[in-house]
Amino acid sequence: MRVLKLDSGYNIGVPPASCQMLEPATSIEQPEQILVDQDRSLPHLSIVSTGGTIASKIDYRTGAVTSQFTAAELMRAIPGLGSIGQYRTVQLASILSENMTPSLWQELARAIYQEIKDGAEGVIVTHGTDTMAYSAAAVSFMLKTPVPVVFVGSQRSADRPSSDNLMNGLCSARAAVSDLGEVAVVMHQTSSDDFCAIHRATRVRKMHTSRRDAFQSIGSSPIGTIAYPSLEVNLTADAVRRQPIEPELADRLEERCGLLQFVPGLSPDILAAYDGYRGLVLSGTGLGHVSTTWFRQLGSMIEDGTTIVMTSQCLSGRVCDRVYDTGRDLLKIGVVEGGTLLPEVALVKLMWVLGQEKDEEKARMMMTMDLRGEAPGRSAHGL
Amino acid sequence: MDYKAIGLKAGIEIHQQLDTAHKLFCNCPTRVRAVDEHNGEFRRYLRATESEMGEIDRAAEEEMKQARFFTYYAYDTTCLVENDDEPPAPLNQEALDLGLTIAKLFGMTPIPQVHIMRKLVIDGSNTSGFQRTGLVAIDGTLPNGGSIESLCLEEEAAQRVEGPIFSLDRLGIPLVEITTSPCMHTPDEVAEVAAYIGMVLRSTGQVKRGIGTIRQDINISIPEGARVEIKGVQELDLIAEVVRCEVQRQQQLLWIRDTLIERNASIDPVVEDVTALFKQTDSSILKKAKVILAIRLFGFGGLVGHEIQPGRRLGSELSDYAKKCGVGGIFHTDELPAYGVTAEEKAALIERMKAGEQDAVVLVAADKKKATCAVRQVIKRAEMAFLGVPEETRKMLEEGSSAYMRPLPGAARMYPETDVLPVPITAETWDQVCIPELLSSRAERFHRDLDLDAGLARQIAFSERLPLFEQAVDEGLKPTLSARTLLSTLKELSRDGVAIDRIGDDQVLAVLHAIEDGKAAKEAIGDLLRALAGGTSLDSALKALGPSISKDELAGIVSRIVGERKEFVAERGMGALGPLMGIVMEQVRGSVDGKVVSALLREELKRQG
Repeated sequence: MRVLKLDSGYNIGVPPASCQMLEPATSIEQPEQILVDQDRSLPHLSIVSTGGTIASKIDYRTGAVTSQFTAAELMRAIPGLGSIGQYRTVQLASILSENMTPSLWQELARAIYQEIKDGAEGVIVTHGTDTMAYSAAAVSFMLKTPVPVVFVGSQRSADRPSSDNLMNGLCSARAAVSDLGEVAVVMHQTSSDDFCAIHRATRVRKMHTSRRDAFQSIGSSPIGTIAYPSLEVNLTADAVRRQPIEPELADRLEERCGLLQFVPGLSPDILAAYDGYRGLVLSGTGLGHVSTTWFRQLGSMIEDGTTIVMTSQCLSGRVCDRVYDTGRDLLKIGVVEGGTLLPEVALVKLMWVLGQEKDEEKARMMMTMDLRGEAPGRSAHGL
Repeated sequence: MDYKAIGLKAGIEIHQQLDTAHKLFCNCPTRVRAVDEHNGEFRRYLRATESEMGEIDRAAEEEMKQARFFTYYAYDTTCLVENDDEPPAPLNQEALDLGLTIAKLFGMTPIPQVHIMRKLVIDGSNTSGFQRTGLVAIDGTLPNGGSIESLCLEEEAAQRVEGPIFSLDRLGIPLVEITTSPCMHTPDEVAEVAAYIGMVLRSTGQVKRGIGTIRQDINISIPEGARVEIKGVQELDLIAEVVRCEVQRQQQLLWIRDTLIERNASIDPVVEDVTALFKQTDSSILKKAKVILAIRLFGFGGLVGHEIQPGRRLGSELSDYAKKCGVGGIFHTDELPAYGVTAEEKAALIERMKAGEQDAVVLVAADKKKATCAVRQVIKRAEMAFLGVPEETRKMLEEGSSAYMRPLPGAARMYPETDVLPVPITAETWDQVCIPELLSSRAERFHRDLDLDAGLARQIAFSERLPLFEQAVDEGLKPTLSARTLLSTLKELSRDGVAIDRIGDDQVLAVLHAIEDGKAAKEAIGDLLRALAGGTSLDSALKALGPSISKDELAGIVSRIVGERKEFVAERGMGALGPLMGIVMEQVRGSVDGKVVSALLREELKRQG
C-alpha cells in the first residue's frame, strides 16, 4: 500500500498500481536556526541527551515526529526552561533506551563527569524510560558528584498536547539547580500534572508500562518533590545535598554479569548459560530462595569464582536467607544476601563492584554495604 | 426569501454515536454515566505543539489564550486509555463494520486501507489533546442529487461537566462523521437532507438514540460572504432556522462592510486608559475593574449596535472575540447609556475620546493583562468588519442565532496516530457487508403488508421499539394492536409516571400473547403493564383483573346498566353507546373484549331504547 495525504489532512492507503506521479516532491526548506538568548546570570546547566525525546516536533504534512537537541531547540520546545538556567547540550547518543548498553553507561558517566569538571552546576540527562532506572543506577555508582545529576524522560510522546515532557523537563531543570547532590530520576509523581517526584537513582523502578507516574521509589520514599506549576522544590532530610568536593569517576564495569529470575520448575541447566560469568544476580522467590535442585550447580559456580547475589522477585522487602533451611543452605554454598537491593540495581552494582575490586571476598563485602543509598539499613516502608 | 437567488450554499457534517459494545480504541463499554458516580479524578495541562515549521495551528493557538488546566472524572467503566495513560487498542472492528454498512447504504466507495489520524483538539475535551479519526469511505449520493464527500470513524469527546471539568464516560464512544458536499441551497433542503441522513443511520438499528447522540454541524456561505461552520445543532427542527439566521447575519455583515467603506471608516490603533473617567460610576462592572481601556472606531457609530441576527449585534461579535481573553464582555457607545453608565459619563467618554457622531467607542474593563488582550481582540474583529464575513467556527444559541467559537480549523492540525496500525478494507470484506432495509422502505412495507395505517406504520418503523414490534409480528401477534401498545399505551403510562423501563420486552410480548389467547381483553393492556411495572407477575396481574364473566352474566350486567339509565338512553338513543360502554367496561374490569361488550350494548339499546 502507498500512503496518500489528502488535502483534508487524512492519510489513506491505496494500492501502488492506482498511483500516478503528478509532480515530483519538492524539497522541504530547512527551518532557520533559531537563536535563543540565554540569560547569563542564571546557573550553568548541561543537558546530556541519549535519545530520550524530551522535545520533539511534528510535521503535519508527513506526520513525522523529529527530536530536537540543541539548547535553542529545547528552550523553544520547553518554554520556561530559559528562566531556570543557561544550557549547554551534549548529544551523546540517539537511541531508543531498550538499546542501551553498559558501555554507553560508561560513556554517559564520563560525559557527565566532564560537564561537571567544566563547571556545570547541574546536569540533566534526557533518557528513554524503558531502561532509565538501570542507567541512573549505573551512573550513580560510577560517579561521585558534588551537584545534581537528574535523569528525565517522558511517558507520552512529546508531540502530544498532553505530553508529560514539558512538566518533567521543567521539574528536572529545577531539580538540577536545587541543593540536591546525588543522581536522581525526576518524573511525574501521580497521573495528574501536579507534582514530580525526585527518586534516588538506586531505589527507583519503572513499575508501569504506560502511566505517567510509572517510576516509583521502592521500599523507600522519594527524596523530594517538585510542585507544578510553581516548581517549588522540597528535598527530604534523607536527600544528599550539594557538597564542595571534586567529582570522582570510577568507570570500570565488569560486563560479564547476569540477572536470572527463578521460576517454578526452571531447570538448573539454565545456569550453564552463565558459564564464564563473573557475577550472577538471582531474582529468587520470597525471602530469597531458589529450588534446592539448583544448589549443586550454584555451589560449583561459586567455587569457580562467580559471585552470586540473591535478591527477591517480590521487589519490596529484604532478603533474609537465615529463616528457612533453603536460605541457610544457600548461604552455606556462598550465595551473597542482596538485602534490600532491587534485582536490577544489584546487577548494575555487581558489574561496578567487580569492575573495581578483583578480590572476591572484598567484592562480596561491597555487595552487602550501602554505597549510594541503594541498600538502606532499615525497612521503613511497606508496599 | 429566495435563497437560490441569493446563492446560498450549505453543507452538513453529521456526527452520530454508534451503539457498539465497546469504545473505538479501548474495551470500555459505551455507557454514559451519572456524574456523581465518578470514582476517580485527575488534573492535566494541555498545550499547543509546534509543527515542523514552528507554526502553531491557528485554532489551537486561539485556545491557548484560555486557561488550559483541566480536571477529568474517571469511572469504573473507563480505563487508562481514556486517561491518556495507556496506548489505544486496535480499531474496534464492530464500529468499522457498522461504518462500512452505513457507507454502503449511501453508495460510497471504501478506502483500501484506513489510517487513523490525530486531530489536535486542546479545548480539554480530549485527554490526549487530539481526537482519533480515520477516513473510511468517500463519494456517496443523496436523494437531492447532492453528494456525500466522506465518512469517517472518530472518537466522541469527553463531556463537559462544568467549566474546565470533563467527564470521561463519553470519551471514546465511536462516532460516524458524515460530510456532505455544499450541495444544499435552501434552509429547508438542509433540514431535509439532515433528516434523510439521520433516517439512514437509524436504519442500521445500531446507533445510539436520545439527546446529544446525533449532532449536526452546518457549513454555510453566501456569495461575498464566507464559509462559517455552526457546531452542535442537536435538534432537527432548528436546522432550517439556523441556516436562515446565518444567511441574515452574513447579509447584515456585508451591509455593514459596505457602509463602513462608504463612510471611509477606520480604527484608531491608540488605546486610551479611561479608568479615571469612571471613578464615581454606578456601574458595578466598571467600578470593580482595575483598568478601563477604550478604543475609537471611526465611522462605526450605529453599526456596532446594528442587529445582524435575532438578539445579536456587531457588538456581540466584538464581545465574543474579547471574551477569549477572559473578560466578561465589552461596552460600546451604541448601547450606552445602560448597565449603570449614565448619559453624563457617556458624554464625558465621547468628549475624552474626541469621538464624532459617526464614531463608536468600545470599553473593556478588567485587570491590565486581560483588558489589553481583549482590546487587541476587539481591534482584530473590527478590522475583519471591513472584509465582511470572517471564516469561523460558531456555536448555536437557543433561538437559532450563533456565537463565535474559534477560527475554522486548518488541515494543519492532523497527523498520523502511530499507535494504531492501518486497517485494510479488502474487496471481500466490502462484498460481505449486508445493508439493512431503510426505515422509510420498512414503513411502506408495514403499511402495505401488515395493514397498518400509513402514519402508524411510519411511527413504528422510526421508533426505538421497532425491533420489538418486528418480533411481535414474527410471533403472530396482531400488527396494529402491537404497534399501538408499543407506541401509545407505553407512552401514556410513562406520562402517568409509570416506570415503564422496568417492563422487559418479553413481558410486553407476554401481555400481548395473553390478549391474543383471550386471557384478557385488550382494554386491560394498560392495567396489566402498570401492574408489571410495579413488580407484579403477569399471572397475578391477570388474576387481579375481574373474574372471567360468562356471556349470560355479561348480558345481565348490560341489561341492568341500560335499565338503570332509561332517561339517558331515551334522550341520546344510540348516542348513549359510548358513555355506557365506559361504565360497562369499568364493571367487567378488562376481563371482556370491548367488541363483545359493544355488540351486546348495541342490541340492548335497540331493545330497550
